[in-house]
Amino acid sequence: MKNWCQKDGQKPNEKYHYPQILLKNRKPDRILTLEEYRLDDGYAALEDTLKNLKPKEITQKIDEAGIRGRGGAGFPLGKKWLSIPDDAPFPRYFVVNCDEMEPGTFKDRVLLHTNPHNLIEAMIIAGYAISARKGFIFVRPSYETLSQILERELEIARQEGYLGENILGSGFSFDIVVHRSGGRYICGEATALLNAIQGKRPNPKQPPPYPTTRGMWDKPTVTNNVETIVWVPHVLRHGARWYKSLAATRTGEGTKLYCVSGKVNNPGCFELPMGTRLSEIIDVHAGGMIEGSEFKACIPGGASTRFLTRKYYDVEMDFDSFRMVGHRLGTAAIIVFDHKTCLVDATLNLMEFFARESCGWCTPCREGLPYICELLRKIENGDGKAEFVGILKEMSKFLWNSYCAFAPGAMSSLESLITYFEDEIFEHIWEKKCPFKV
Amino acid sequence: MISGELKEKLLKEILEAETPNEKAVDVMYELQKVYGWITDEAMSEASELLGMTLTELDELATFYNFLFREPVGKYVIHVCDSVVCWMNGYEVLLDHLKGRLGIGIGETTSDGLFTLLPVCCIGYCDRAPAMLINRRVHGNLTPEKIDTIIDQIRAKEQES
Repeated sequence: MKNWCQKDGQKPNEKYHYPQILLKNRKPDRILTLEEYRLDDGYAALEDTLKNLKPKEITQKIDEAGIRGRGGAGFPLGKKWLSIPDDAPFPRYFVVNCDEMEPGTFKDRVLLHTNPHNLIEAMIIAGYAISARKGFIFVRPSYETLSQILERELEIARQEGYLGENILGSGFSFDIVVHRSGGRYICGEATALLNAIQGKRPNPKQPPPYPTTRGMWDKPTVTNNVETIVWVPHVLRHGARWYKSLAATRTGEGTKLYCVSGKVNNPGCFELPMGTRLSEIIDVHAGGMIEGSEFKACIPGGASTRFLTRKYYDVEMDFDSFRMVGHRLGTAAIIVFDHKTCLVDATLNLMEFFARESCGWCTPCREGLPYICELLRKIENGDGKAEFVGILKEMSKFLWNSYCAFAPGAMSSLESLITYFEDEIFEHIWEKKCPFKV
Repeated sequence: MISGELKEKLLKEILEAETPNEKAVDVMYELQKVYGWITDEAMSEASELLGMTLTELDELATFYNFLFREPVGKYVIHVCDSVVCWMNGYEVLLDHLKGRLGIGIGETTSDGLFTLLPVCCIGYCDRAPAMLINRRVHGNLTPEKIDTIIDQIRAKEQES
C-alpha cells in the first residue's frame, strides 16, 4: 500500500488519498457483515493465531509493532499486556473501553458502525494473548444502537464458532459481553470503568496495585481503547514494518482516526496517516473554515487538552510531535474555534462540564471546579476583577492535587486560556462585558 | 410488581454474570422501563434480585445520568450542552424547546409526556447541535426540526 502524500507528481485530487484500514469498509447506512469481513480476510488472523502462535508470541509481535494507546495517553499496548505477571492468577479479564465521553470524540462510534467484527476478532486474539476467560465491551448510553448491533454480531460470531467453548477446535475458550454504562464521564477513566463493571460506584482507584495484577474482582484485567485494540489483527497479518509505514511521520505509527468538529465546513471522522498536519486535516479533509470564519484556536484532543493557537497550525498530529511543543494529542478530536467565538465563554462551558461530571470523591476537584466556574462566569458577565486571573492561575495548579487525572485534565483548557489568551480575559474585565456579545 | 417472566429473565442474566453486582445497572434499566423511573418499589425488587443493599443500589442510581430516581415523562429529552453543541447554537435550541414545551430544565410537561434534561457531550459532534430522546439521537438540529420531532411524538401519542 502506498502513502500518496509522500509521492510527488500525483494529481491534486489523489494527493490526499490515503490507505484506509480501519474505515476501509465504511458504508453510509450499515455495518460490514461477518460474511463480508471474512471475504476481506477477516478472522484470518484469529485462525492463524490460534493454530500457529503461542500467547507470548502474539504479545511479542504486538509489542514490536509499538502500537500506542489511542484513548489519549499513548501508552504502548504491548507493554500493558506484558505487565501481567507470568504467574498471575485466573480468571483474567479483558475490557474494551467504548465509553468515549471525551467532548469532541466520536471515532469509536464511527469505527464500530463500520466494522464491529474487527473489534470482536481483535478481542478474541487479545483474550488468547493474555489467557483471559471473558471480555467486556463497556458502552455509553448514548450509543445504545451500537450496544444492540454489538450484541447481535457477537451472537453471529458465537454461531460461527469464534466465541464460546473450544474456539475453532483450539482448546481456547472465551466469550464477550456488552456492558451498558449508566452514563458518567468518569467511567472512561480505566480504574473507574472497572469499578463500574463490578457494580460499584465508579470512583477512580489509585494504583498500585495496577489492574493488570489486581483488577476486577482482584483478578488481572487489561483495559484497551477500541481504536487501539482493533489494530491487532491487521498488525498480525501485515507485520510491524507495514504498520509503521502507514504513518506520515517517523514519530507516528499506523493511521489515526481524527474527529473534527466546530466551525468547519465538513465536520467528521477521517482516517489519515498518523502525524498528518493539523492544517491539512482542517483545510482539506474537514473542508476548511466555514464562510466568514477565521481559525482562532482548537482543542486538539478532547476537552482535557490545551488550546492550540494559530502558531501551531502546521503541527504534525502524533503523540511525540505534540509532546515536543508542550501539548498533548489526547484523543485527536479537534474542536475548532473561530475568531468570533469567545474563549472565556468556551472555557466556562468546559469547566461546567467538568464540574458537573466530577465524581465528587476528592475535595480539590469537587470544590475547586465550581469555584473556577463562578470566577469565569463573573468575568464573562462583566463582573470580573483583575485579581481573579491570579486566583485562576493558582487554582489551575492547585487542582493537580486531586486524586485522579480528571481535574488535571480539566485544567488544560483553563491554564492554556490564561497562557495564550490573557488579553482576552482582561478585555472582559476592563470593558466590564464580553467583547464578543453585541 | 414486575412480571414473573421478566423476573425469570433477569435472574437468568444475573446467574450468567461473574457476580450479581455486575448486572446492577442492567437490572435498574429494566425496572425503569417497567415503572418509567426507579421507584422505591423498583429499588426493593432490584435489591431482592441482586442481593445488594438499598444503599449500594442508591449509590449507583443517584450517580448515573440515565437512571432516574425521580418521576420523568414518557419521553426524556437530553439536550447536549457541551462545547461543540454550545458553539453551534445549543442555547437557541434550548430556549426554543423550553418555550415549545412550557417547561424549564429538569421539569416535566403537565401531560407527563416530556422531561427536559441537560447532558454532557453525547458523541455526535459531527452533527451538532444534537439531543437524545429516550437515548435515540437527533442531530443537525434547528428550531423547525425540533418542532417536527415534537409534533410527530404528540401525534403518535394522540393516536394511541
